[in-house]
Amino acid sequence: MLNFKLKNNWWKILTVLLLIYTVIAGFLFKVPELPILHETIRNLYFHVTMWFGMMIILFVSLIYSIKYLAGFNQKYDVIASEAANVGIYMGLLGIATGMVWAKFTWGAWWVNDAKLNGAAITLLAYFAYLILRNSMDEEQKRARISAVYNIFSYVMLIVFLMILPRMTDSLHPGNGGNPGFGGYDLDSSMRMVFYPAVIGWTLLGVWIMTIKIRMKVLAEKLYFNE
Amino acid sequence: MLLTEIKELLKKEILLEWRQKFAINGIFLYVISTVFVCYLSFRIIDHPATWNALFWIIILFASTNAVSKSFIQESTGKLLYLYTLASPQAIILSKIIYNMLLVMVLSMITYVFYSLFIGNLVQNQLLFVSSILLGSIGFSTVLTMVSAIASKTNNNVTLMAVLSFPVLMPLIITLLKVSKNAVDGIDPSISYKYLAVLLFINIIVSTLSYLLFPYLWRD
Repeated sequence: MLNFKLKNNWWKILTVLLLIYTVIAGFLFKVPELPILHETIRNLYFHVTMWFGMMIILFVSLIYSIKYLAGFNQKYDVIASEAANVGIYMGLLGIATGMVWAKFTWGAWWVNDAKLNGAAITLLAYFAYLILRNSMDEEQKRARISAVYNIFSYVMLIVFLMILPRMTDSLHPGNGGNPGFGGYDLDSSMRMVFYPAVIGWTLLGVWIMTIKIRMKVLAEKLYFNE
Repeated sequence: MLLTEIKELLKKEILLEWRQKFAINGIFLYVISTVFVCYLSFRIIDHPATWNALFWIIILFASTNAVSKSFIQESTGKLLYLYTLASPQAIILSKIIYNMLLVMVLSMITYVFYSLFIGNLVQNQLLFVSSILLGSIGFSTVLTMVSAIASKTNNNVTLMAVLSFPVLMPLIITLLKVSKNAVDGIDPSISYKYLAVLLFINIIVSTLSYLLFPYLWRD
């Protein structure tokens, strides 16, 4: 609390408030009563929001990879890689929450579905990105090559996640003719929790990201001073 | 200017391949041996989905092997010499065009031998062959670019597979759908949208390679 400046840190307080609201409202507020889904519809606030957060943070990673290639500023590479790291965490949590939901509604932990496979392959691509980073020692070269792969794979996976699931049959809500939550949420009560939840989880991801970036920058400073 | 550079580089690639035939013959033998191994293990496949999946798995691994040599197996000195002579865009485009031709020939040969040994269940030949050709273009473009990325790292053979397979997935899934429709002889009008997606992916990948390769080669 020594140097706490409200001007720079208001969004952290907002994150905490939004997440407290998400958890309380997410578990206690009224939701539409539906067969099969029952109370699992509340997973919307925790599962879907993870993917929204992941897409936003991976997009940040993409932007910083492009910025790196435009100016070769080493700091942009740190941001791009840490954003990818946080995106992977959120993706893993998204898969975990989705699997629990699938077990209770579809009856299986995993089904062969365009949307699910797309999610798994996105994670594979970003694991490949991390392995690619670790396989090069020289920093500038690592930054440049991994920025190229980041841009390349992001565009290919967007094709996968955005276009292909819409062209095929899918069990997943919101695809292949299935209604998304908008179809059930007639009085917009779920939107009142969903949108704050998206913002809250995304901000939490950004918060983790900024801490990781600061740690990385400090570690590099120490390394270069020695 | 770019076109003449590409033409000369392409001529160089083909001439080089023609003079040291061991590389290209090795790839063809690889495909034929793989098909034969599949023949020995499966005998005859009469299940269309399995037939189709096995065919694309063979193509995937064969083309990964064939294209990986385009940057990985070039010596650093030779690449450096190339970069002083031509623009990076000309280099990547000529490599892509050359690999395109290579993978097309390779997959057509695979198709012939696969039909010969394991049987041919395809009911709409035209659609199947066009999916092979569009798929070859996509495979070669993605793999050329990934081979350029992997050649910069320390363990490039493993990375070639690890980096390219996730990126190839949209292509493979679409290809499996089109070719399955061709095998089953479903009315081609249903498959046109998938052919359009394939074309779209190919255009995107080529544009990305053209834009990003200049950042890769300078060390």
